[in-house]
Amino acid sequence: MPLVTIDNKEIEVPAGTSVIEAAQQLGIYIPHFCYHKKLSIAASCRMCLVEVEKAPKPLPACATPVADGMKVKTRSQYAIDAQKGVMEFLLINHPLDCPICDQGGECQLQDIAVGYGGVESRYAEAKRVVSEKDLGPLVATDMTRCIHCSRCVRFGQEIAGQMELGMPGRGEHVEVMPFLESQVNNELSGNIIDLCPVGALTSKPFRYHARGWELSRRLGVSPHDSLGSNLTVQVKDGRVQRVLPADNEAVNEGWLSDRDRFAYQGLYADDRLTVPMIKDNGRWIEVDWATALAQAAGALRVLKETHGGDALGFVASPAATVEELHLLQKLARSLGSSQIESHPLERSAGRGQARWLGMPVAKVNTLDRILLVGSTLRSEQPLLAARVRAAVKASAELSILHAANDTQNCAVANAVIAAPSQWLAALTEIEQALKGASASAEAQAIAASLKSGANKAVVLGAVAQIHPQADALHTKAAAIAAACGATLGFLPVGANSVGAAVVKAQSGDVFAAPRKGYVLLGLEPELDCVDGAAAMQALATAECVVGLTAYKGRAPEYATVLLPIAPWAENEGGLVNMEGRLQTFNAATRCQGEARPAWKVLRVLGNQFGLEGCDFDTVAAVRAEALPDGWLEGLNNAAPAVDLGAAVAGAIEWLAETPIYAVDAVTRRASALQATAMAAAPVATANASLLARLGGKTTLRVRQAGLAVELAVRQDDRLADGVLRIAAGHPHTVSLGARMGVLEVEA
Amino acid sequence: MLTNESLAQIDREIAKYPAEQKQSAVMSALRIAQQEKGWLAPETLEFLATYLGMPTIAVYEVASFYNMYDLKPVGAHKLTVCTNISCQLQGVDAVVAKIQAKLGIGFGETTADGRFTLKEGECFGACGDGPLCLHNNHTLHTRLTPDNVDAFLEGMK
Repeated sequence: MPLVTIDNKEIEVPAGTSVIEAAQQLGIYIPHFCYHKKLSIAASCRMCLVEVEKAPKPLPACATPVADGMKVKTRSQYAIDAQKGVMEFLLINHPLDCPICDQGGECQLQDIAVGYGGVESRYAEAKRVVSEKDLGPLVATDMTRCIHCSRCVRFGQEIAGQMELGMPGRGEHVEVMPFLESQVNNELSGNIIDLCPVGALTSKPFRYHARGWELSRRLGVSPHDSLGSNLTVQVKDGRVQRVLPADNEAVNEGWLSDRDRFAYQGLYADDRLTVPMIKDNGRWIEVDWATALAQAAGALRVLKETHGGDALGFVASPAATVEELHLLQKLARSLGSSQIESHPLERSAGRGQARWLGMPVAKVNTLDRILLVGSTLRSEQPLLAARVRAAVKASAELSILHAANDTQNCAVANAVIAAPSQWLAALTEIEQALKGASASAEAQAIAASLKSGANKAVVLGAVAQIHPQADALHTKAAAIAAACGATLGFLPVGANSVGAAVVKAQSGDVFAAPRKGYVLLGLEPELDCVDGAAAMQALATAECVVGLTAYKGRAPEYATVLLPIAPWAENEGGLVNMEGRLQTFNAATRCQGEARPAWKVLRVLGNQFGLEGCDFDTVAAVRAEALPDGWLEGLNNAAPAVDLGAAVAGAIEWLAETPIYAVDAVTRRASALQATAMAAAPVATANASLLARLGGKTTLRVRQAGLAVELAVRQDDRLADGVLRIAAGHPHTVSLGARMGVLEVEA
Repeated sequence: MLTNESLAQIDREIAKYPAEQKQSAVMSALRIAQQEKGWLAPETLEFLATYLGMPTIAVYEVASFYNMYDLKPVGAHKLTVCTNISCQLQGVDAVVAKIQAKLGIGFGETTADGRFTLKEGECFGACGDGPLCLHNNHTLHTRLTPDNVDAFLEGMK
């Protein structure tokens, strides 16, 4: 390995290491703008010029590989003169608007200018002015401040896999811009805000809200997908002002999806529930906690005594914490109820099984072969999609089985695009092809791909888990994985789906038969259940519905008692992510109004019933009971024993996915995310031949089991024939009933 | 979007590179498209991006970098006059003044009848024969003087 000397310190590093990386290992900081450890080398800012012995001119440390015996000086007069020269050029066109710039105080250019900038500018000519670009509701631009480091452009090309920004023009006329007037429309776009070393790209929702130094920082865990990205939650005046990534190579690699980054706005929605309320003769009145809890406990007790424990149903969001779910199931079981639901967006009969990714998240980057079954990956798990992209870039072959051939922003080796009812048959064909039997060309291609390569995975996504034949798909996928030596993995739907199953917060079938009483924890049943309409009907007929919720939403329609609980930034607890990693977090801000963390509410509710073992003082004590030693052994992807029954096929099948910004109550209320193109009102999309069969209309009245909605229609030839894609989890499509069903279209 | 002849020409350029390096043909493709269309409209860039399997913005980066690609409509005759040092020393300024007076337009402008566009060019590498003017990117006119400009422009009617 080459031995180099940097500032008189020697270090041995692998060949190919750049000088800037070697210096970093020695703890020597070399100023830079365009260099970023996760992106390719551009060497365009020239800030990292250093003196290299025997080199005829200063060399950029980021683009200079080490050589044996190389002697580098980063702080010699020669190097500093070069760096100061570069700094002077960078400042020539940079406006002196730091006082009104959002980046002020956390700006690399500002910091480095203090060290290397002149006191006065020698440049007296007119400065360059660049017209503003509208990049959409998330990223604000001040392109005059841009120093052309091209980090944002490289991020799009290399990490997001979608080059939306470029640098057209030449010389002084170069500008960072999208093509024509288009906006940035990528699920990872917020990362360019962090990457921008100056104030050219800043956060639009955060704009002019606070200075970096006024914000206190708390670590958090994102509850919007089952990756559990690590967050730095920044708070001022008791309000979350901004969310930034926290570095965790094993989870989010320093990136954040836009959903993780901007969902915090939903915490301050108008319909936050901040006071306990009870329904009194049809009128909602605000009461104190004691009254509300007594009312809730009293009503539930009466129902239990008259109708038995199973008359009570308990439903929780899969993003609720381990502690909350543990206390909820404890409460349910002690009341004699086996009706506990914490996987409301899954159809598997065995959804109480703790199904997980089957491997560490970081291993995804090293996979050679991936078969993705029923996953709209980019909206389900935006950052896992980035890892899959990295794997594909490093020569992995990605095969997909889905009803829509969406762009994955990376090369897809094989795709079987079929109506959901055909998926089981498609998997069966792949299994047969693996065994050497005759099968379709696509199945043969996927089988051939899966036979080669060393590290392989068959992964089932959210659509596969809400599929009417979820268990059968699981069984077949397991058979395929076994036949080719792949790991079988699941992409859990909720942030704590795995934890919920581990603490056994799943049994029975809560909405199959309407219950007399319900306890709801942190979900909006009409949007967060497989069949929102049926759930609402069951709730409407119930005598007592206790809603533990952070938002009013439609709860006043069905609830009898509303208890305000803390949403994620005000809450504390732990979440178990898709790889079985328990991540705990403390509250970043105080609870709004009278809201309380749900674990405390459930504990007091337990006390009301005089339950034993409910006297926890801290959330850690609850966690210790919920997750005893060895809990990780509960993770299990074994296929259930099921009868692979025939599919329920119809002329038109509903591809019902949850849109990226409709996954939970907080996200649905995040105004900037809701203003993006990806959160547009649902339309029905279908391929040309289905549209022709439907008479080429511009709006359709779609019906399922007596329920109907009217939707605009759009053509999308990436869809399988016979599939109508309509976003679920949206107020407008609630009344379509059970997801992934068979639809009728009214003439 | 483009005629079969143009597409055949582009395909011939693509064939010069490995299959996964189709985008290497972008400069030729832009030239061929411009030759047919007269200029490179946004729709043309989008078409070429799809044809070459590359992001539209990347095509735009190339098209906006080079002088000879026109991103706005130009007249039937595009005259690019070199104003660099060699042509300047040989009296191009007087030639430009004459052309501008005759056509009634400045650099970067097109005559109202859409026949002439005047552009300022960089060195064409034929300084020995300056002052120089490039006609429609393909024909180089040499040794211009204020006196022979009239005949030169007449010849383009």
